[in-house]
Amino acid sequence: MSAEAHAHHDSGGHGTLKGYLTGFVLAVVLTAVPFWLVMGDVFADPQVTALAIMALAVVQIVVHMVYFLHMNTKSEGGWNMLALIFTVVLVVITLSGSMWVMYHLNANMMPPSMHDMRDMP
Amino acid sequence: MTTPTEHTADGPVRFLVEEEHEHSGGSTMLGFWIYLMSDCLIFAVLFACYGVLGRSYAAGPSPMDLFDLPLVAVNTSMLLLSSITCGFAMLEMERGRRGATLAWLVVTALFGMAFVGLELSEFAHLISEGAGPQRSAFLSAFFTLVGTHGLHVTVGIVWMVTMMVQVARHGLIPDNKRRLMCLSLFWHFLDVIWIGVFTFVYLMGVLG
Amino acid sequence: MFENLDLQKLVFGRLTLDALPLHEPILVITFIVVALGGIAVFGAITYFRLWSYLWHEWFTSIDHKKIGVMYVVLALIMLLRGFSDAIMMRAQQAIAFGANEGYLPPHHYDQIFTAHGVIMIFFMAMPFVTGLMNFVVPLQIGARDVAFPFLNNFSFWMTVSGAVVVMISLFVGEFARTGWLAYPPLSGIAYSPDPGVDYYIWGLQIAGIGTLLSGVNLVATIIKMRAPGMKMMQMPVFTWTALCTNILIVAAFPVLTAVLALLSLDRYVGTNFFTNDFGGNPMMYVNLIWIWGHPEVYILILPAFGIFSEVVATFCGKRLFGYTSMVYATVVITILSYLVWLHHFFTMGSGASVNSFFGITTMIISIPTGAKMFNWLFTMYRGRIRFEVPMLWTMGFMVTFVIGGMTGVLLAVPPADFVLHNSLFLIAHFHNVIIGGVVFGLFAGLTYWFPKAFGFKLDPFWGKMSFWFWLTGFYFAFMPLYVLGLMGVTRRLNHFDDPSLQIWFVLAAFGAVLIALGILSFIVQLVVSFMRREQLRDWTGDPWDARTLEWSTSSPPPAYNFAFTPLVHDGDAWWDMKKRGYVRPVDGFKSIHMPKNTGTGIIIAGLGVAFAFAMIWYIWWLAAISFAGMLAVAIGHTFNYKRDYHIPAETVTKAEDERSRLLAQAGAAS
Repeated sequence: MSAEAHAHHDSGGHGTLKGYLTGFVLAVVLTAVPFWLVMGDVFADPQVTALAIMALAVVQIVVHMVYFLHMNTKSEGGWNMLALIFTVVLVVITLSGSMWVMYHLNANMMPPSMHDMRDMP
Repeated sequence: MTTPTEHTADGPVRFLVEEEHEHSGGSTMLGFWIYLMSDCLIFAVLFACYGVLGRSYAAGPSPMDLFDLPLVAVNTSMLLLSSITCGFAMLEMERGRRGATLAWLVVTALFGMAFVGLELSEFAHLISEGAGPQRSAFLSAFFTLVGTHGLHVTVGIVWMVTMMVQVARHGLIPDNKRRLMCLSLFWHFLDVIWIGVFTFVYLMGVLG
Repeated sequence: MFENLDLQKLVFGRLTLDALPLHEPILVITFIVVALGGIAVFGAITYFRLWSYLWHEWFTSIDHKKIGVMYVVLALIMLLRGFSDAIMMRAQQAIAFGANEGYLPPHHYDQIFTAHGVIMIFFMAMPFVTGLMNFVVPLQIGARDVAFPFLNNFSFWMTVSGAVVVMISLFVGEFARTGWLAYPPLSGIAYSPDPGVDYYIWGLQIAGIGTLLSGVNLVATIIKMRAPGMKMMQMPVFTWTALCTNILIVAAFPVLTAVLALLSLDRYVGTNFFTNDFGGNPMMYVNLIWIWGHPEVYILILPAFGIFSEVVATFCGKRLFGYTSMVYATVVITILSYLVWLHHFFTMGSGASVNSFFGITTMIISIPTGAKMFNWLFTMYRGRIRFEVPMLWTMGFMVTFVIGGMTGVLLAVPPADFVLHNSLFLIAHFHNVIIGGVVFGLFAGLTYWFPKAFGFKLDPFWGKMSFWFWLTGFYFAFMPLYVLGLMGVTRRLNHFDDPSLQIWFVLAAFGAVLIALGILSFIVQLVVSFMRREQLRDWTGDPWDARTLEWSTSSPPPAYNFAFTPLVHDGDAWWDMKKRGYVRPVDGFKSIHMPKNTGTGIIIAGLGVAFAFAMIWYIWWLAAISFAGMLAVAIGHTFNYKRDYHIPAETVTKAEDERSRLLAQAGAAS
């Protein structure tokens, strides 16, 4: 590849065969384990399983970002990373904000069950 | 503020660039990445809906009744395999090997089509069992979230086929390479979203 | 007979002759006027053989300057439509008391207030803001165009398509009767089975795609295409606010797209996202739509803040006070705008803990805006203020917006909001900040940059007339509404029983008349300025003795903006150049690489109108064909690899020589 093509190529790094294969193997493991945890009923407490698979999902997302999407702090002068961080923050706000708000709205405003109705004056 | 001077040690202050180097297409990768971030937010809304409405079964079927985890595992591996073959296609592209690039793109598209096909059959099965998107808010959210992802994969496949035609015709010229890099970003990003889907929808759904 | 019915449904969907509002005199007259006007315009264009010119020079142009102008033209046309809705409402509310039902029954009135909101926000304010940003930002950063010129053209035509879809609803079928945000369950298929909400959905979805893509475009442009030497903290403030605005667009509009898609799934497919039964939850719609809605209002106001910063610095002859804090304030507002959305529905019942959180964040977000206000004031202090028309709009803004902002902080207190939510106090508040902030800013910006776009200034006398009518009109129209709101009057009512309220509504109607005169003065201003353009001519390109790079070009700038890319050393780059004895080169011009025009954008957007119309009226065959057509044209366009050309050096030399000639003439005249 010519030096000139490379000079213009600071954006979106390239992968290497090793990088892709490493990412792939990690992703396979990080997929197989959660499926096994759930299908195999490995933990007694479903809460623990839930936390475990969520954590594994986060790790796998990072693996994808690094090995497949070549995420780093350098590409596009750091703007890629900044855009990603901003988006992640907004996604967290949208998800957690919506769930918090809706939980409270549901608790206060949704129709009560027949059982609760009978207890009312 | 410093006192303005007309001359520096190197000569007069220049206000114009003399030699311009053309940088056409230099903004494409960043622009596409920003678009991808906006697409992330669409999925965030769909995930939020699933999070809020995902337990509203309306006395109908729940995830435990419906989800076929082995099928989901097969689907997940289709997508993951397509990600690695997409990576191989990009490696061949960097090496300037047109034929190999096209070959890996075909394999990637095939895995993608397998994914979409399996998903469509899953949907058809659910609908035939009376668990269609109209049955409850949970099912509306499920079909929309998973379906939107599937729609994106379909768009990706159409794009891939278009790219194959264009690469076959014009070769790995800079424009095509740029487009393939965007497609590759898109494809991997879909796999990232799928991680969210199989974790929060299928696995957590079965956990109850 | 049965077969005929099926065939009719197949071909026309649910469209029947009943959809034409032949029984509504107001609409019939409007249609006749619009049709006559349309024939006149089309006839004139044909008579003067201007179609080819319009197609090649404007409609297919990918030049950000032309696209910017077209956006503003769209906005001004839609301002007239949106304002006619307003004046109809003011007239109705001024007379409809007790036995007098007025002339607008609720069925019609509800469509008017819905259309007024939708049009003013989506098809007046957004295009206006987008148009100004499009025109100014590449010039301010020393670039030749935006990052994705074709996408820019496409975005514009998608916005036009959205506007066309909404305008069609005036004459075919009806519009939504739900208010501008179309809350379910009212907007669901059970309670609004007619096409009104579908017009709303498709108009916004199409325009929304255009807006989102234009957001991506401008963010990439500002990050990647600044002139060498222009660091982030040396960008003009308007460019900073444009960057933050477009970041907000990219981050917020997907939410709108998704929510409207969910609503349309409920309406078309029978899903249960926002229904009252089968597990649906209408409150989720309100939650999601305001996650979009609050950033949306910052999308509108931030560019206005940027305009004011430019105008104040220019017309006080001083560097803007507190540039760094201005930038930080803008960025803080951008981020905080995502943490306040619940204040739009305090009364929906989320309880004290949630309400307090959002009440506090809402109050916090007023602080950076306050900082900006002080920075403008400190810029004016000890400046040599020139009371040109843009400066008048700015000063009107400063007073008016502060009042509106304060009523906002008042509403941020949940207990107060429980009394005032959905009262006329709320209406007064948001019109206060939108008119006082956004509209005044847009007029300031329009007046400020008009000479740059067209080569001559706007007539100052009629500009002042317009300003004073708008300013006094605003106060007469909306201050009574604060009073009415505090007295408990609810919004969106077409009739009242209490005659003691009438005087306030009459005052408000008078205010609307004053604003109408303001708009009329503006139209007169355009005509008079065009007729007097030689006296108002901008010979130098820098009619205001301003500070940023766009003023270093001719008025209007050549297609390529800059014959040589500027090299920037400091903020206020043009001022820096002027102070340090910059000499404009008169020879040595090279050929310049530019993108070609294309008709793809207008074609896809046109097909989009057909698609939307088909979806609204359930004409499935037309929907399928037009959608396939859009895809085919889009994919076909990607097969065109020859999208640019070079402007020959001779052409550049000719344009620059002409400029040298004009500058010499101006120099001799002064």
